[in-house]
Amino acid sequence: MTGISPPAIELRGISKAFGPVQANKDISIQVRPGTIHGIIGENGAGKSTLMSILYGFYKADKGDIFINGRKTEIHDSQAAIAAGIGMVFQHFKLVENFTVLENVVLGAEDGRLLRPSLAKARRILADLAREYELNVDPDARIDQIGVGMQQRVEILKALYRRADILILDEPTGVLTPAEADHLFRILDNLRAEGKTIILITHKLREIMETTDTVSVMRRGEMTATVKTSETSPDELAELMVGRKVLLQIDKAPAHPGRTVLEVRGLHVRDHQGVERVKGIDLTVRAGEILGIAGVAGNGQSELLEVLGGMRSGAGTVLLNGTALALDGRGADGQARRAAGIAHVPEDRQREGLIMEFHAWENVAFGYHHDPAYQRGLLMDNAALIRDTEAKMKKFDVRPPAPALAARNFSGGNQQKIVVAREIERNPDLLLVGQPTRGVDIGAIEFIHKQIVALRDQGAAILLVSVELDEILSLSDRIAVMFDGRIMGERLPDQTDEQELGLLMAGVSGEAA
Amino acid sequence: MMDFIAIPVLDSAIRLSTPLLLACLAGLFSERAGVYDIGLEGKMLMAAFFSAAVAAVTGSAWLGLLAGIAASMVLAAIHGVAAITFRGNQLISGVAINFLAAGLSLLIAQHWFQQGGRTPSLIGGGRFAPIDLPLAQTLAPVPVIGPIYSDLLSGHSALAYLAFLAVPASWWVLYRTRFGLRLRAVGENPAAVDTAGVSVVGLRFAAVMICGILCGVAGAYLATALQAGFVKDMTAGRGYIALAALIFAKWRPWQAMWACLLFGYLQAVALWYQKIDIWGLVIPVQAIDALPYVLTVVILAGFVGKAIPPRAGGEPYVKER
Repeated sequence: MTGISPPAIELRGISKAFGPVQANKDISIQVRPGTIHGIIGENGAGKSTLMSILYGFYKADKGDIFINGRKTEIHDSQAAIAAGIGMVFQHFKLVENFTVLENVVLGAEDGRLLRPSLAKARRILADLAREYELNVDPDARIDQIGVGMQQRVEILKALYRRADILILDEPTGVLTPAEADHLFRILDNLRAEGKTIILITHKLREIMETTDTVSVMRRGEMTATVKTSETSPDELAELMVGRKVLLQIDKAPAHPGRTVLEVRGLHVRDHQGVERVKGIDLTVRAGEILGIAGVAGNGQSELLEVLGGMRSGAGTVLLNGTALALDGRGADGQARRAAGIAHVPEDRQREGLIMEFHAWENVAFGYHHDPAYQRGLLMDNAALIRDTEAKMKKFDVRPPAPALAARNFSGGNQQKIVVAREIERNPDLLLVGQPTRGVDIGAIEFIHKQIVALRDQGAAILLVSVELDEILSLSDRIAVMFDGRIMGERLPDQTDEQELGLLMAGVSGEAA
Repeated sequence: MMDFIAIPVLDSAIRLSTPLLLACLAGLFSERAGVYDIGLEGKMLMAAFFSAAVAAVTGSAWLGLLAGIAASMVLAAIHGVAAITFRGNQLISGVAINFLAAGLSLLIAQHWFQQGGRTPSLIGGGRFAPIDLPLAQTLAPVPVIGPIYSDLLSGHSALAYLAFLAVPASWWVLYRTRFGLRLRAVGENPAAVDTAGVSVVGLRFAAVMICGILCGVAGAYLATALQAGFVKDMTAGRGYIALAALIFAKWRPWQAMWACLLFGYLQAVALWYQKIDIWGLVIPVQAIDALPYVLTVVILAGFVGKAIPPRAGGEPYVKER
């Protein structure tokens, strides 16, 4: 086979450094035409850099790119498009207030006037929709269609530009399981038509289910390229991290005690007055983890924010039997912390940390009134730094340097700083949002263990995550949110991804 | 009451709307491409001075116009280099241009002409003369249509007609051409344009230079059509009113025209009447002068629909993976 047709993509000895950081080190791969090739690796392993080089965003310091056997210089996106490469970015590159048609045509117009280009694109989109199950209303505005549809527009953009090689960067991060299945059917169709696909992901299951071959990257190097049929998730995880990793969290059965958090009829409106949480009831007991599953944007964030005192709501919330203020005075993060609630917010860079501040200053936030940190009228910085250093050692933050700015830590270590700050307060209730978003596998394992350890000490934990794997492995009970409501509660050992996926898509348990 | 819609007042309104409209369309191109431009005022002022200066020396309003456009484009290029190439803060760059223009125009005017910062009064070919539309004389005696056509619509300078023709032209360019699609896209999501293989920097520079040209025409109109020469600070905040009109119009060409006509009309009323007496309620003229700004605040506060600016407006584009 390889002797007959040259590889669709061949990289030879690609290296790229950003200052002292070697993002890609002497990387070589070959991808045969008509296959799906997975690239897996932790955050910061250099996957995105490599793909950016292939799409002309960065220029490699060394190495050559061959497309269909021909050496090709790709110095900008225009050259990548000309070489038949299309890219679907993790964060879509769409103009929100344009129609689907306008987005597809943008940059690939046929002449100076718009109308003939749009008419032609309309015909071609209809053909592509028939061929690949890529149905999108060409006149719909991007901000009025869902993310699954938006992703299809990105794929259509690439196909409209006659891409033969399609690169997808973490494509399922924002999709429901059903949407992800639809995406993989589309990719199958594309492969059947002879297109070559590169799938970048950190989800082992997707690699195992969809790819023909897979390359593993670690710290800028390509550590292995194997046939998917000849490997296993455990082997891939070990190749990614460089050591054995526990994919399934080890945890004893929960022993739920008294009710810590009780939420009754909670309603939340966003700043535009749209109701995001539409009357939910839930309880979390001491010593248990309640996982809230759902596709991003179904009210989970707002729920966490109200409980954490970052947003106003209406309804009843009882903590240890005492009502919490949901609006006005006493409804702020400070009051919540005083009441015994700790909060690991969803977006560590915007809500969990101040990126330009030192690690020790970040560890003080929310607890800066603690008498242990005071000396007369002033803050006792020395005590704070000592305290931070101890926490960093305990939580394996690397490097354990309290004077380093938060910005200089990797995503996983930033998250460990936030988790350390909140968990070390021994809260009655821990609110955790997306604890492992953008965090590498090694750190995920560590953070999960810490959350379970806190549960075993008798804390109540409310976990919000869009990662179904995380919900299934951590939770003692699972509630699924859709459109601001709880669609149902399940026990993790009595449900599966299919059932949860249906609930996440708004199909109620009874109907399914 | 009928006075407020008398032909002379409306005629003034058109004259006063013209520079607002040109500046407003200038801002529209720049801001639709994602480059905020608070320096409309400075560009107009510089163009007003150079057009008046060149027209005074050469006796040709048209050469003056070219000089005004060139001066304005130089300032636009400075803004472009600061805001696009070096990704500087667009507001600071714009404010700097306003200061620069205010000082430099006066300084050069004094140095060249020694008339206290003025240019000599323009006479004859140094000014844009009113143009009579065809049949204006013939139709004048016809009731209703006659006065409207001959007195209100006819008799403006070539630049005024140019300004109003620029409205459909801008609409057509923005919504019916490839350039317009890309320009609107680059103001909303430059990353989409970049990954589509189109130069963000090139598009934004093109938009900023179009802005320079239109501001140049606006300045030339002030000095060589509306007035007869340059005087200190003759733009008198028109650049800011044009920005207000741009917000009022929600960054759309036709609406920009109506907003500028409204603001121009308010200026005309303030010019013609010392105070306004509506059934015994006396409104001082200063209140009328402030009205464009008040209306803009009302619009921004979201009372009359939402004014959503281009999403990438004000942000320099930095490539991310």
